[in-house]
Formats: sequence, C-alpha cells, structure tokens
Amino acid sequence: MSGRELKTKELTLSLGPQHPATHGVLRLVLDLDGETVVKCTPHVGYLHRGTEKLAEHRTYMQVIPLTDRLDYISSMANNVGYCVAVERLFGIEPPERAKYIRTIMSEMTRISSHILWLGTHALDIGAMTVFLYSFREREWLLDLFEMTCGARLTVSYGRIGGVRNDVTQEFLDRLYKFTEEFPGRIEEYETLIDQNRIWLQRTKGIGILSAEEAINWGLTGPTLRGSGVPYDVRKYAPYDAYDKVEFEVPIGKNGDVYDRYRCRMEEMRQSNRIIKQCIEKMPKGPILTPDAPKFTLPPKDKVLADMESMIHQFVLITKGPMTAPEGEIYSAVEAPKGELGFYIISDGTGRPYRMRLRSPSFVHASVLPRLCEGSLIADVVANIGTIDIVLGECDR
Amino acid sequence: MESKQIAELIKERFPTEVRKIKEFRGQVSITVGKERVKDIIRYLHDTPELYLDYLQDLCGVDYLEKKEVRFEVVYHLYSMRHRHMIRMKAEVPEGDCSIDSVTGIWAGANWHERECYDMYGITFKGHPDMRRILLPEDWEGYPLRKDYPLKADLGEMEWKGYREVMETAEKNKGYEVR
Repeated sequence: MSGRELKTKELTLSLGPQHPATHGVLRLVLDLDGETVVKCTPHVGYLHRGTEKLAEHRTYMQVIPLTDRLDYISSMANNVGYCVAVERLFGIEPPERAKYIRTIMSEMTRISSHILWLGTHALDIGAMTVFLYSFREREWLLDLFEMTCGARLTVSYGRIGGVRNDVTQEFLDRLYKFTEEFPGRIEEYETLIDQNRIWLQRTKGIGILSAEEAINWGLTGPTLRGSGVPYDVRKYAPYDAYDKVEFEVPIGKNGDVYDRYRCRMEEMRQSNRIIKQCIEKMPKGPILTPDAPKFTLPPKDKVLADMESMIHQFVLITKGPMTAPEGEIYSAVEAPKGELGFYIISDGTGRPYRMRLRSPSFVHASVLPRLCEGSLIADVVANIGTIDIVLGECDR
Repeated sequence: MESKQIAELIKERFPTEVRKIKEFRGQVSITVGKERVKDIIRYLHDTPELYLDYLQDLCGVDYLEKKEVRFEVVYHLYSMRHRHMIRMKAEVPEGDCSIDSVTGIWAGANWHERECYDMYGITFKGHPDMRRILLPEDWEGYPLRKDYPLKADLGEMEWKGYREVMETAEKNKGYEVR
C-alpha cells in the first residue's frame, strides 16, 4: 500500500427495530469505529399503546386487562402489582388464601419469565441448546396457568381484593410435582452453560456496572442485584404473602453479565422454594374479600342467583366504585424484570384520575448507551439480553 | 426516618418553597415551588441522614381546572440505605412550562424527563437530550394532557406517518399477495 493512505470512517448501523436479538421492537442506532461502538442511541416507542391515557378513561376494574399487555410474558405479576396498588388506595385487604394464590402466581411468572430470558439470552450469545430445554419447563408452567384461568399469556387473573377464581387441588398437586422436579432442571441448564468456555468469555467482565452507578441509573430487579445491591421489593416492602415465606435474595459481586445471569438462576431456585412453602401453608377460605362490598365484585355464584348481587356487579363494572377515596398512592411490586410501580391518583370518582406506570424495562433500556458505548458490537447483543427488557412494558 | 420527618426537614430548610404537606395512607407528599427544586433534591440526595439515592419514579400530572397551578412534576425518592421514601411534587404553571432537570443528580432521570416532555410538554432546563421519546418526532400535541382527546376523527389533521401507511395500503390493494 505504498504511497496510498487507507481512509477510515465511522459507520452508522441501525440495529432493529426488526432484529431477533432486540427482543421485540427496539432500535439502536450504533456509530461504529471498526468493531467498537462509539455512540449508541436507543429508539423506543414502536409499541406505544397509550396505556396510561386509556386507564384514565376506564374504571378501576377495567384496567386489569390493560396491565396484562405490559410485560406480556409475566402478566400475572402485572395484575398483582395493579391490584395491590388499588387495594392500598382503597384501604382493603384481600383474604389470606388469595394472598397465597397471588404469591404462587407471581413466582410462577418469575420462573417462566426467567426461563424465557435464559433461553433467548443464551440463543443470542450462541448457546442454542438451552433454548430447547428451557421451553420445556415454560410449557409446563403455561399449561398450569391455562388450567387455572383459561389463558396462557394474557391472564387477567388478579382482581381488586383477591383473585378471579380458586385454584383446584389438581392444580396444586401438579404444581407441587413441578417444584419437586424443577431444581434438577435448573442443574441441567447449568451443566449446559455454567462451565462453558465460550459462555464465560462472552459474559464475564462484559457490561460492568458498579453498585452506585446501578442505583444512580434507577435499575432494579436482578439487573441491580447483579451489582451487589440487595434491593428487593418483596423484602423491603412486602406485599401479599411474602412476609410469611422464607427466601433469600441472591446478589452478585462484579456487576457483569455473568453475575446477573447467576442472580437470575439463583432467583429461580428461590421462587421454587417460595411456591413450595405457599402450597404447604395455603389456608382455606374465601378468595375475594367479603368485607369491602363497595369495591370488590360479588362472588360469581351469587351474581347468577341473586338480584342484589347482579345489580352490584353491574354498577361496579360500568361505573366503578362509587365511593373511591380521594388521594394518591405509589405502590411497587417485584415483577420478574424489576420494580413495577403504579402511581395512582384518585379524585373520588370510579376511574383513576392519573395512573402512572413505572416500568422496569423503560428504565433498563435507558442504561443501554452506558453499557454499549466503548464495547464491541458483539457485546451489544449480550448487553441487551442481560438487562432483560420487554418492549411492551417499555413503551406501554 | 419517617416520611413526615423528612417533610419537616425540607420545610425547615426551604421555608419559602414548601406549599403543602399532605399524608395519605402513610405516604407523605410535599408540594414545592419549581424555582429551587434542584437545590432541594440536591439536599435530599446529599445529606447523609436522608441519603435519598434512588429515584423511583418521575412523572407529570395535569390538573386542568382542578388546581390553580396546572401541572405538577412528581418525584418519588427512596433511600436504599435508610429504607425511607418521600414523594415530592413541584408545581409547574401552564404559562411557564419548564423546570430544572435533575439528570445531573440521577442519570436515570434522563428518559423519565423525556417522557414527561413527550406527554405533557413540560421542558426540562439543562437536559442533555430534550426530544420526544415514545411518540414520533413530528407528532403534534401532548397526549396525556387532560384537554387532549382520547379518540377523534382527525381526517387531514391525522399524523403524517399514519396517513402514509394508509395511502400505501390503499395503493397496494389491487395486488394479490401470494
């Protein structure tokens, strides 16, 4: 090449919105210098459906199906999050059995969400086999969801003051069998990748976030705990039956992709433990609170047999609770992805005046430039996977 | 520390700024003016016994015809170390629809503030990248404002991007997809 100079220039690459590694419709505009990412600009909003605006025009009851469609792979946790928030606003308490059922459902969702994450994350970084194994257990859980409420993904199972219907003994038996077998299955996944040299090289030391930095970015869930901060809403502000079960909050040390992977794997074990305890301790009793008739739907068998209850149900569905208190509440739950917060302002009518959704995926997606800039383009995919975002929740 | 005490501390420190302190179901909200909001937040973030290091949420609220000052920007602050929280609301009048950005204190505030601008049209002074986030850049209006309709037949006023898609669909109607 004597006498001629090689010219180099920065290349702009648009990753997504249609790209398998972006887990939905996320678009990243990457400025590249060779293999290195110089600048990363995420574009979100492709899945924006205006959930917050819609919620202002619906009764408290009618918002539940909207929450299903946020993080559509863990809709149970969203339902629970919304119901807990409204219950706190109204000042009502669901019965014990409902609390246990909700806890079970939330943890089942956590497992199924983490399994999906594991499969797709591994697929992104090149470990194809895990995907096939992980979907086997996910199917098992989805079948159990279907058994309880007839739906596999958009379940709408939570109700203000309880749950929609009781779980059967058969469901509990089959779920118990799952909890017996699942730890072995986690070991199977780990055999596939834990000691895999390629996996270790692709995850260790990649996307490092210190504890202070992770808090400063507002990260939550396993993404934060991977950096060694033991913040978990289930421990810090318990809801449902979480204060009655024993579990540990696994944390990482280095805050890299590998540690976050370890955190999620351990979390699945803990979720399994919680489900087992809940099945063992589950009390008998009603599943919808009977002492707050102004706010909760009457039992279905009564609606079909008794005029009063039917009128009551009709009014609640069409107009919402007539005596909602005036006030505002911020209530958060630990969804599989992180802290899912609902900030509801009530002006005393049957509809929320304002419902703000603090979704973990939105916050986590905002940290992408920080993680990707300066890293290699191959690690961008690892970084998208490790923050575990779902764009339905990010865009709302 | 109890949220009530935190509110009292703010009142002691910034007596002219605090407008109202309200408690509902154990959660305390403190309403302040927007002028010194950054100072107050800096104080809450840096004081060791408060140490509200985690911005749980930042959002806007529109109180059209409900309150004297139309907009509010709501900060939910939490301390990981002390496990206490407070809700702080800053009043933003319609005439001067802007407030200081807190991105210098929390990196995570960046997208929340962009969303707030996107939905309410409140601009954040000192924000590094004040653009729309969820809606297209050429979108008109601020959807979460109370005077923005939920549903409307806009005809020619419809967003350009949507019209283009519909026109393309109309044009391709004659073609059979095999």
